[in-house]
Amino acid sequence: MIDQALLEKTLTTATRRGGEFAEIFVEDRQSSGALLDDDRIEELTSGRSRGAGIRVLVGDSTGFAHTADLTESGLLAAAKAAADAARDGTGGVTTVDLSTQTVASPSPISVYPDTVAKQRKVELLNLANDAARGIGGAISQVSVGYGDVRRRIQIANSDGLLTGDDQVKTRFSVSCVANGDAGMQTGRESIGHTMGFELFDQYDVTELARKAAQRAVTKLLARPAPSGAVTTVIGKGGGGVLFHEACGHGLEADHVAKQSTVFAGRVGELVASPMVTLIDDGTMAHEWGAFAVDDEGRPAQRNVLIEDGVLIDFMWDELRARAEGRSSSGNGRRQSYMHLPMVRMTNTYIANGDTDPGDIIADTDSGIFVAQLGGGQVNTVNGDFVFGMTEAYLIENGEITEPIREGNLIGNGPEVLTSIDALGNDFEMGSPGTCGKDGQGVPVGDGTPTLRVRALTVGGTAA
Amino acid sequence: MLDDLLALGDRVVASAKPGEQIEAIVVNEIETEVRVFDGGVESFTSATSQGIGIRVINDQRQGFAWAGSLDPDVIDATLGEARDNATFGSIDPNLDLAEPDGVEMAELVLYDESVNNFATDAKIALALELEAMTKDRDPRVMLVESVDFADSVGHAAVVTTKGIRIGGQDSGCYITAAVIAGGGEDTQVGFGYSVDRDPNKLDLEYASQTAVERSTRLLGAIKPQTERLTVVLDPMVTAQFLGIIGSTLSGEAMLKGRSLFADRLGDNVAAATITLVDDPTNPLAFTASEADGEGLATRRNVLIDQGRLDKFVHNSYTGRRLNTASTGNAVRGFSSTPGVGTIALSLIPGERSQADLIADIDNGVLIQGVSGLHSGVNTISGDFSTGADGLRIRNGELAEPLREFTIGSTLQRMLLDVIEVGGDIEWLPSSAAGLSLVVGDITLSGA
Repeated sequence: MIDQALLEKTLTTATRRGGEFAEIFVEDRQSSGALLDDDRIEELTSGRSRGAGIRVLVGDSTGFAHTADLTESGLLAAAKAAADAARDGTGGVTTVDLSTQTVASPSPISVYPDTVAKQRKVELLNLANDAARGIGGAISQVSVGYGDVRRRIQIANSDGLLTGDDQVKTRFSVSCVANGDAGMQTGRESIGHTMGFELFDQYDVTELARKAAQRAVTKLLARPAPSGAVTTVIGKGGGGVLFHEACGHGLEADHVAKQSTVFAGRVGELVASPMVTLIDDGTMAHEWGAFAVDDEGRPAQRNVLIEDGVLIDFMWDELRARAEGRSSSGNGRRQSYMHLPMVRMTNTYIANGDTDPGDIIADTDSGIFVAQLGGGQVNTVNGDFVFGMTEAYLIENGEITEPIREGNLIGNGPEVLTSIDALGNDFEMGSPGTCGKDGQGVPVGDGTPTLRVRALTVGGTAA
Repeated sequence: MLDDLLALGDRVVASAKPGEQIEAIVVNEIETEVRVFDGGVESFTSATSQGIGIRVINDQRQGFAWAGSLDPDVIDATLGEARDNATFGSIDPNLDLAEPDGVEMAELVLYDESVNNFATDAKIALALELEAMTKDRDPRVMLVESVDFADSVGHAAVVTTKGIRIGGQDSGCYITAAVIAGGGEDTQVGFGYSVDRDPNKLDLEYASQTAVERSTRLLGAIKPQTERLTVVLDPMVTAQFLGIIGSTLSGEAMLKGRSLFADRLGDNVAAATITLVDDPTNPLAFTASEADGEGLATRRNVLIDQGRLDKFVHNSYTGRRLNTASTGNAVRGFSSTPGVGTIALSLIPGERSQADLIADIDNGVLIQGVSGLHSGVNTISGDFSTGADGLRIRNGELAEPLREFTIGSTLQRMLLDVIEVGGDIEWLPSSAAGLSLVVGDITLSGA
């Protein structure tokens, strides 16, 4: 993308006013999307965004500038701006010699989406629309979305690192509305992987569409969710959102450094039920949060965060790792070249337990079964978190019975982790997610086997 | 700057072929952001971003492409992509760009030169001052987690083959403080801010006091028992709910059968005390704007009038499809086609302060903050439940703090259950204004 000599010159300019570390992050992002809604191919869109972000660290300060101008003058102007912003002024010239480090991608691409005819993408939308509407008269509206993105990045820094990555992601989603006597309900399904158009060799979009439509129809019969503390069984797959919120964010080293997490200072302690082993793994082939190198150029890693209930380590980016004299764990990520990197999760999951999921339900006298979760949010300072349930049922006498309406579940991270009392052997990754932090969204994956929490508070409306 | 953007738009539109409609939106934004921590600058970001979005309608089909660059070769490629994309869209005789409708633009002063003249050192000094005063404000403040100053100057132009050619500029800045109070087993976080178009007018005292009060008053919070009761929504919470209610009144949601109010025009959908207005021509609104995303003049639209549903908002497409007209509510960035949405919502305020509203309540909860609203509201079914924290209201006064509970109802019921609208209107850095709102019969789920 940018040649080595210009990268070296840019880094030298960035450190012209001192500073112990400078970095240039170059990104070229091409995206395309197609949307079917209301029985019409509403639009095809294409997007292109290209630029570089340059940061300079001086003591505890970071100067950052970004530019869409990738010419020599554009890059040098941004490097000067970043150097000025870091405001050290002690001067001195650091000469940077870069050496290339190549990291193999865990997610090799077979079919680059930009080589696929647009008509083929349109056909997928129509297939899914027809399948969803084929479920029956209750389905009143269907929207189907296709999207792909290719993100080429290049990272060079004053430690001499020069590396890059080529990340391709493809996704597909179906949202349905069903209309019944008691109003409208919705059902949504989505798939997304760090792979090319071969995604559709692995998944049948008509099956996905029928599942989304069926979910909306099922929910027409849903009754108001109970309120208050109930035993909660969370289905395999998307239950990973629970851990993303309950403890994932709280294990990010930037929160730890500011003591703004309930998990600060607890490494080596039992923080969860001994059944729980929590892993964040950027190397999981083709998962939504996978990559070869992170947005600071560090190779993706598999990091065990909690093992048999004991807190092993936090997640680290370059900045926090440097401050602690250790190495980054490959968790430095950013939304785009216009953003500073931060500590972020990749693919976060709970390792399999050994119980048959059917036995977990059968062993539950009364409670709820959450088949699909929505997004969530956490207050890392006190550990309180919420997440939405978009498909859930009552459990009565060891059996899944009636569907219940949507609502949020709420709990406290440290408490919930210790009150997990059953873990299934049916591990699965969930739907692709976007994790928001400090205004930046990055793609993340999560997964769990079926599991049971002794008590979560369900925010229903039934008294 | 504005002239440059308009000229770029002109150039794109001038290349339209016979029978082809083209719309270009061209944007330039300059931003700085300072974050301070522990008496020093943690990060300083300075950035210019630019972009163009091009919509092409040809043979009753639509295509779109965008790019984060204004280089001439990139713009040419973007136009080519938009044209190509248009060949794959469904044929729809209603597709068209907005026709100029003769509505005059409000003359708003949304740009303040002082943002440009505010020196970098002054921005840092301001942030450091807010951090220092917040740290010393209360012994229970454990940490000022971050103080951010941010400003932006934005320019945007829309040019179309229909003869629309408009540009606008605006400026804004805000300062925020995030505070952690307490320590050990009991820590709480609070957030305060001040927003203005002129950095010299930022109110540090207000930002500091709000952040400290909102964190310290939650210390010792307990989980309440489940019950149905009356709640008072704090202005920031009300603003978030108004934004959600606004989204159900979009002409697009109505057109596509996704609005829970689709067949309710003329019905009483809210308590009589509710008059909901979307008015981007009000310069007090943070999101005030003279033109919408298709270049039509924005206007004041009354959506709910004393409880009666009066209007949905439209862009030119949904207006055409539903045999009405655009209400000037096309919303978009340069990377998307025009959607439909409210721009600057507010309720017509009542008379009384929050304290007076609380004084009338024997048993209730003041909802200070909500979390997970995006996952907890279904705008199609109307079901909602959201995580919350706040303070018990007992015998007309604020009592113990509460946390780790949810409040739930349906949007339909909630609007009818509004008991009173406060007089404490606050123009927040969001697309809806806040004020205190008293709502009866909400389910609080806790222990």
